[in-house]
Amino acid sequence: MTTIDMPWYLELVVATFLLFGALVALIGSWGLAKLPDFYTRLHGPTKASTLGVGCTLIGSLLYYSYQQGGVSFQEALVTIFLFVTAPVSAHMLGKAALRRRLPGVARTRNMPDMSER
Amino acid sequence: MIATVITVAMTLFAIAALLNLYRLTVGPDIVDRILALDTLMVNSIALIVLADIRMGLGVLFELALLIALMGFVSTVAMSKYLLRGDVIE
Amino acid sequence: MTPSPFRSRQFWLPHPLFSLFLALLWLLMVNDFSVAHALLGLALGVAIPFVTHAFWAEEAKIKRPLPLLRYLLVLLVDILRSNLVVAIRILRPARHLQPGFFLYPLTLDDDFAITILASTISLTPGTVSIHYDAKANTLLVHALHLEDEAEAIATIRERYEQPLEEIFR
Repeated sequence: MTTIDMPWYLELVVATFLLFGALVALIGSWGLAKLPDFYTRLHGPTKASTLGVGCTLIGSLLYYSYQQGGVSFQEALVTIFLFVTAPVSAHMLGKAALRRRLPGVARTRNMPDMSER
Repeated sequence: MIATVITVAMTLFAIAALLNLYRLTVGPDIVDRILALDTLMVNSIALIVLADIRMGLGVLFELALLIALMGFVSTVAMSKYLLRGDVIE
Repeated sequence: MTPSPFRSRQFWLPHPLFSLFLALLWLLMVNDFSVAHALLGLALGVAIPFVTHAFWAEEAKIKRPLPLLRYLLVLLVDILRSNLVVAIRILRPARHLQPGFFLYPLTLDDDFAITILASTISLTPGTVSIHYDAKANTLLVHALHLEDEAEAIATIRERYEQPLEEIFR
């Protein structure tokens, strides 16, 4: 690895972003693996993974901005894209699940009647 | 310090990817598998960006952007297929 | 007598804010803030809506950009908060969860505004919008942990829908 010398406070900020992002994304994937039914599983990836990867990208943005002596915005573009698309794919997947009449866990409140959707 | 942090973060993301693979194999429905694939795509973006910093390349963002695009489009296309039995109405 | 369509701003520049947004997006993508790229971006920003606006269902009018900025800030804070909440819910044993669906009656009627509201709901604490019923004008929302339906609806209305109404009215 080609390490560059950064001031310690910037290093700390970048490290915090990267670690926080990785942790949040891990929790999101953990939720995907362990939650009981599809509808609850939908929550982990749409929120946690998006924010987790967003934080990682912002950490990388700060790192490269310092290294190249200017501001590098491309990671911000990926982050924005992820935040715009995550709800859309969640919505589509949820609709598909309703359409396929996937059952929720037994204690789900107001499980919709799926006959006509 | 950054080098250590990147190693740790990559490990965490690798575990996350393994959890996604678990959901991908277990299912039980095809919608779960699509969701798992979508999450896998998102996690791989982070892995690519971290690998980029680690190797000091600074050129892999286009790749990240492409994977983000492909992941979104394929997820929507597959959900659309499940909804209607057709990708284009 | 109606004015010639070739002279109106509507014809040549149907979405000024969108054009500006496209130009900015172009600059971010090439990551090079020179005058040449700014001009190229602006040209694209004018050309792309001009070519594609025949496909657009109808144009959403952002009446006040300032509340939009405030809305985005609130959203950012809420995304952070929501992630902590969801993370805690995921880490606790699953039997503590009380998942549930509820119908959210919309008061917005603009498609674009509803899209933004649905995305907002999906990005904020423990809720994902699943189905939009155009006839009844309701959103079907799934909540990871639903304690009080009326309270959840009231929160969404107060925190997101009313500011959105202000922006698009």
